[in-house]
Amino acid sequence: MSIFARKYEMDELRLVVGAMLILSGATALLVVMPYLLLKDLPPPPGLKPYTALQLQGRQVYIANGCLYCHSQQPRDIAQAPDALRGWGRASVAADYAYDTPHLLGTMRTGPDLLNIGARQPSRDWQLGHLYAPRAYTPGSIMPAYPYLFEVRQGDARPGEVVVNLPPAHAKPGQVVVARAEALALVDYLISLDRTYPALKPLPTPGSAEKRAR
Amino acid sequence: MDLTVSVLLATFVLSVLALFVFIASMGKGLFGSGGDAAVQIFDSHELGIVEDPAATKAQRGSLQQAMDPLHEREQRTAQEVATRLRVDQSSSLVVGVCLTLSVLWLVLASVAGLIASFKLHLPDLWVEQAWITFGRIRPIHLNLVGYGWCSLAGIGVALWLVPRLLKTELVGARYALWGGALWTLGVAAGTVAIALGYSDGMEWLEYPWAIDILLVIGGALVGFPLWMTLLRRKVAHLYVSVWYIAAGLLWFPILFLVANWPGLHFGVQQATMNWWYGHNVLGLWFTPLGLAAAYYFIPKVLGKPIYSYNLSLLGFWSLAFFYSQVGGHHLIGGPVPSWLITISIVQSMMMVVPVFAVAINQHFTVLGNFRALLYSPTLRFIVLGAMFYTAASVQGSLQALRSVNTVTHFTHYTVAHAHLGLYGFFTLVMFGSIYFIMPRVMKWEWPYPWMISAHFWLVLGGFAIYFIGLSWGGWYQGLAMLDKDVPFMDSVRLTIPYLQARSVGGALMTLGHLVFALHFFMMGWKFGPRRLGAALLAAPDRTDAPARPRAGSTQPIQPRPSL
Repeated sequence: MSIFARKYEMDELRLVVGAMLILSGATALLVVMPYLLLKDLPPPPGLKPYTALQLQGRQVYIANGCLYCHSQQPRDIAQAPDALRGWGRASVAADYAYDTPHLLGTMRTGPDLLNIGARQPSRDWQLGHLYAPRAYTPGSIMPAYPYLFEVRQGDARPGEVVVNLPPAHAKPGQVVVARAEALALVDYLISLDRTYPALKPLPTPGSAEKRAR
Repeated sequence: MDLTVSVLLATFVLSVLALFVFIASMGKGLFGSGGDAAVQIFDSHELGIVEDPAATKAQRGSLQQAMDPLHEREQRTAQEVATRLRVDQSSSLVVGVCLTLSVLWLVLASVAGLIASFKLHLPDLWVEQAWITFGRIRPIHLNLVGYGWCSLAGIGVALWLVPRLLKTELVGARYALWGGALWTLGVAAGTVAIALGYSDGMEWLEYPWAIDILLVIGGALVGFPLWMTLLRRKVAHLYVSVWYIAAGLLWFPILFLVANWPGLHFGVQQATMNWWYGHNVLGLWFTPLGLAAAYYFIPKVLGKPIYSYNLSLLGFWSLAFFYSQVGGHHLIGGPVPSWLITISIVQSMMMVVPVFAVAINQHFTVLGNFRALLYSPTLRFIVLGAMFYTAASVQGSLQALRSVNTVTHFTHYTVAHAHLGLYGFFTLVMFGSIYFIMPRVMKWEWPYPWMISAHFWLVLGGFAIYFIGLSWGGWYQGLAMLDKDVPFMDSVRLTIPYLQARSVGGALMTLGHLVFALHFFMMGWKFGPRRLGAALLAAPDRTDAPARPRAGSTQPIQPRPSL
């Protein structure tokens, strides 16, 4: 084998250097650049941080894998009719200022939930729907979550939240009480509301002074 | 904006040019024949001799007939045979353990997947227990497949291939054994964590970070022995398979560490990171391991070198370069900078470069020898897997196009595509590899050849139903969601028959896996009517060859070619 041939072969050094350079390029592009671009992005004025209870509910959302069927990223009207379905305007990065881990989702086996709180703000509806999805949405393939509730004969104790099921689905003498997880989850779902405008109005000359006054 | 576009374009053109110069610097003449390096997997006189330990005696005879009937059997030197034996021996325990564990995970993963599939059209099935709700059993399935079955099978195959390709005994096999054990422990702990609701909440990254540490240490304990073996290699050339494995072993730990580092990522940046990881774990971990196996077993079984060595060089570097940047196509239409999405779409299309390099190489090696598939169980799985690789990659490129993605994003079509890659390609290649490797590890033939056929046809039939059904249903689902006049619930309802078809397909695949696992463990416990023992080390049977020595000794009486 000539020296020339050896010199131009694939060897360990080329392998390591090439492989690492290429991966760092990709990492710079997809991880570091977004990090630098987004780390100082201010939260929109219309977006409130989650309360402790809502954060607990967010954990329930994660623990039970809601994200595997529900996205939280409405697309632009030019691409898909998401807004016409009541799912809201196309989301922007700032909408997720308080969202760690992100829950953008990859499936729409069920509808997008980024604005479910604006679309369906009723706690009764949300609780009942978690307990018996098909009582509210015929044909739904969402699993029922009976383990987030307690079913009892008799009455609820003081302070407990009773699920008001549609008459056809309520069993006489039986009461369905929401557990803490269900209440937290519903509190989180109702907090999902990004209906404020996506962009601040452009600053006009003198607007800073006006605000200062 | 114009400036951004021109900077991006210039960067893209420059980096692609640089890539090709880099590749050219390593090839001695691009698109020429490979010469030394391509035939390096064969010992002297091994060229032209078929090898498939999973084939029956009759099949091996037919296989040789189909490939090179006139080949003169020649003896390899005793030293070559001794080296091969010693090298195989050095990895056999850890390979056997890793593959056994991977098969166990495969069975559990299939059952979890099947339950998840049923739950999508029977939503009131088993809803009383939290751990088995769809939102937990689905990530359990994904993680068991990804980290349990695919990773451990890939690690097992890599641990077997690397010493063989470098003609060097595995350094530190003990550590690799510990590595496999820790990895398995991590997968078990991660599964329990998800079942109990402790999830990090991102696809592919569900395991809590404390459990990730087990995988990191386990992976390192596997990676270091392999790299040490590489540094002590006794061959001049590094074969294609070695590049893929060695690079994969470097890429995966970085991906896994960066992605799982607690407290580092946030909001939308975390989403781009999630798909940087999610796509690279496929492109820079599973794909390299699968291609490494295909690049070894296809030529080895056929007894002829791959079509073009230099093309494989192009395939390797362009895969690394283009694949690593495609992750953004999972977020088309999402709240992500548009330049990032555009780059990912462009690189997704550029993926046709490595895919065709690999496709030409692997398919042209088999071309004209399709009869060999009839006789070689190993080849049947691996060649089919390689075809699915081409199909999955081309489909993936097309799916990244904005127009196609608008329909398929958020639908079951994507799920079908994911299975074409990780099942059609990777899993089938692993099946073939295991059929080849285990007789060498156990020094025992597969007891019942009919079970190999049953396994093949069950998984192939099941997967065909799965893939066609779900792709079709997913496409309709996507069209329905895009039509503003169709209520959302209609897009759910119309998928039901396709989801049911998926359950049928999945059930057949699971049945196939049970047959495979049963056969695997029968072999492990040395069941079966025939005990060929070390006689496996004898020459391939020719119709005119004398009968091989039967049961008894554990050492070859007379070393012959085609070890």
